[in-house]
Amino acid sequence: MNKNLLYILVLMSVLGACKTSSNDLNQPIDATEEYAGGENFTTFDFSENAFGEEGKNITSTESNQFVVGNSLFRANWVTAPSSVQSLDGLGPIFNGISCGSCHFKDGRAKPPQTASEPLNGLLFRMSVGLDNIGNAIPEPNYGGQFQDKAVTTANLGVLREGGVSVSYEEISGNYADGMPYTMHKPIYNFIGLNYGAFDANMMYSPRIAQQIPGLGLLENIPESIILALSDENDSNNDGISGKANMVWNVEKQALSLGRFGWKANIPTLKQQTAGAFNGDIGITTSIFPKHDLTTNQQNMYANIPNGGNPEVDDNALEKIVNYVKMLSVPARRDFKDTEVLQGKTIFTNLKCGSCHYEKFETGNNSPIVALNNQKIRPYTDLLLHDMGAGLADNRPDYKATGTEWRTPPLWGIGLLQTVNNHTFLLHDGRARNVEEAILWHSGEAEKSKNDFKKLSSQERKNLIKFVNSL
Amino acid sequence: MKKLISIISKSAFSLTFIMIFFTNCKKKDVEVSLEVQNKEAIINYANIVLATYEDSYTSAVAMQQKVDAFVAAPTAQGLTDCKNAWLAARNVYGQTEAFRFYGGPIDGDDGLEGYINGWPMDENAIDYVAGNATAGLINDAVTYPNITKTVILDLNEVASETSIFTGWHAVEFLLWGQDLSTTSAGTRPHTDFLTTGGTAQNQARRRTYLKVVTDLLIEHLQIVQNAWKTGSVYRESFVNNPDVPTIMGNIFTGIGSLCKGELAGERMLVAVELQDQENEHSCFSDNTTNDIKMNFLGIKSVYLGTYTRLDGSKITGKSFAEITQTFDKTKADAVITAFANVDTKISLIPLVFDQAIINNPTKILDAVEALKTCSDKLADASIVLKAKL
Repeated sequence: MNKNLLYILVLMSVLGACKTSSNDLNQPIDATEEYAGGENFTTFDFSENAFGEEGKNITSTESNQFVVGNSLFRANWVTAPSSVQSLDGLGPIFNGISCGSCHFKDGRAKPPQTASEPLNGLLFRMSVGLDNIGNAIPEPNYGGQFQDKAVTTANLGVLREGGVSVSYEEISGNYADGMPYTMHKPIYNFIGLNYGAFDANMMYSPRIAQQIPGLGLLENIPESIILALSDENDSNNDGISGKANMVWNVEKQALSLGRFGWKANIPTLKQQTAGAFNGDIGITTSIFPKHDLTTNQQNMYANIPNGGNPEVDDNALEKIVNYVKMLSVPARRDFKDTEVLQGKTIFTNLKCGSCHYEKFETGNNSPIVALNNQKIRPYTDLLLHDMGAGLADNRPDYKATGTEWRTPPLWGIGLLQTVNNHTFLLHDGRARNVEEAILWHSGEAEKSKNDFKKLSSQERKNLIKFVNSL
Repeated sequence: MKKLISIISKSAFSLTFIMIFFTNCKKKDVEVSLEVQNKEAIINYANIVLATYEDSYTSAVAMQQKVDAFVAAPTAQGLTDCKNAWLAARNVYGQTEAFRFYGGPIDGDDGLEGYINGWPMDENAIDYVAGNATAGLINDAVTYPNITKTVILDLNEVASETSIFTGWHAVEFLLWGQDLSTTSAGTRPHTDFLTTGGTAQNQARRRTYLKVVTDLLIEHLQIVQNAWKTGSVYRESFVNNPDVPTIMGNIFTGIGSLCKGELAGERMLVAVELQDQENEHSCFSDNTTNDIKMNFLGIKSVYLGTYTRLDGSKITGKSFAEITQTFDKTKADAVITAFANVDTKISLIPLVFDQAIINNPTKILDAVEALKTCSDKLADASIVLKAKL
């Protein structure tokens, strides 16, 4: 190597190191900030496995559950009857053949980028209104979810519900400093409908599969703390409401606080997991013992063999749920970096933290003791907020209106590229990166978004760098 | 010949030594010595990998010959010959799994592992199953008029979204059939392949399928094998990589992951915890206990630096065991003790793994614990060797 070049490189790295390690801000560095998932559920694995790491201080029994649950999470389900009975029962109609096919490496799915690309982790909820408890009434010919795949190879005459062709409309705008930006908005075209026309009142909501680390911690935040953050009628006049969704808890047969899903429409991880098995893979559990089929489909497929009653027993279900609960959150990267700290100040000044609420301490009632009393930084309030017409699905879900979405946690967001090779964000994956996701904010976040657009290019860069350090 | 190799390696030794000395004058002598020895062991590792893949290929070709003969004239003996050849070839392949889990040629970005060893099979997607005589590609001449490599590869192409159509377990399913029995392996009769007086339907298409997936397996094994040949891009970048700790990390990640996550976890603990008799990898042939033994043999070959080839000859050279012994005798001894313990515990698992899942789960769990300990001891050794995990 050229000697001069070598010197330059060394010099650059020294200067670079000085630049990134010094902290000339007045803002104090909080040493615990690095531990996003608390003492027990923070991992320093920043590789492509960053979302798949087991927590610390769990028991050996829990660790075994993690191993088995991990296996079931990744396993491909197959058509019944199969030699491997614990893995059969796929379909008859479905969206994916494993949990991991949508949550690849426990991560986030990517929407189709071209009209012919099949769905792989993006699904569509469908309904024709709400019933008396606020639950969405399924579309009569297609049910509550559009299944774009079927067990066709078994030659049993099973038809998928149809396909979805996605295209995008380019939207452009300018920052206050004149710098242009673009965003793209998805347009959905349902094709090859196999069960008749949609009901005239059909409403649909696209939902992308989210990354799953840290969910056990979110489930363990005391309900009272989340409810205390809610301000449904904006009584403090800060322009931010924060509404708790109250949703049907199937096990309790009662309404409960919703925490999970894009509209906070699911109360527990167990119900979320069982629901995904049922709607996405076509697998029954004790919580959802019947397949997600319309009456017409039930009649058509009455003779299709199933994989047992239920297809996933409570033992296996518990292991998968506990696996999900015990996944660690990646530690913060570069949390002492000057630009990151500047970005954090901007995050605070722009009031992003009003909804992307930084800190919680988990409760002490989890049977997985390691999940208790963890000081965590998920950057979500788990509440619903009006995000404006641009992002609206116009499909209510319990107390969530057509313009309201749950604040998604931001932890782990900067590692999506590493784990999933993409940075698509928001409920339908329309935002191609953090910047576009910020620009889509509207409704209650309109002022924050506008303030973001007034920032200098370096300030915008620092804010995004901070978000990507989460 | 032996002497020549030793001279070559000696001069390579001093050359490397000098190079390292000049590029990093501050490196302590001990570290230099470790790195030089590691490099030597890495070359021996690559030799073992290649030899094992070559043997895997050779034994698979032997199976292909039996399949060709059987497809040309299906007889009961012909089917038995195919099964025996599958079992023999599987034993060699099992050892190669110690070379997985670090993104090498077998399971890197363009890796063929999914094609070669995908599991579980969606039996319904390939052939008839209990209660559905017309299931699968074999029985669907309308959608798939011709069964060709392209058709099968295209189906496998969307791997995350559809089922597995290729590899060892596809061949196994074709040879043994579904295993719905609690006491035996699959019992597919040879007459499933017999057009005149045959059982099941579409016998000719079944023969074609068996032939095509066998041929594909051979092709895929050849590609993996070629990646490790002297002069190939992958091998050269592996053995000559100046970042020795990372290469060491790859090697130990491979054996450690197979030992703990895959073998102890996925293949043994999961089966016991779910109490599913056929949640075992070679579920049609009931060969899983052998699979486990061969996986572990592969792990030992890597660490001990010795592989006995199919023809009885040995590949041997500088081993990680030996280097660990030099730098930390306690940790080196711990690995050897752990190896012996695993061997004992695996030998106590009944040969028919699927029945052991139900009847002797503690024997399996004992082996699981031994494997976990073994993986931890290997990790300790890798730290001694300054592998970057």
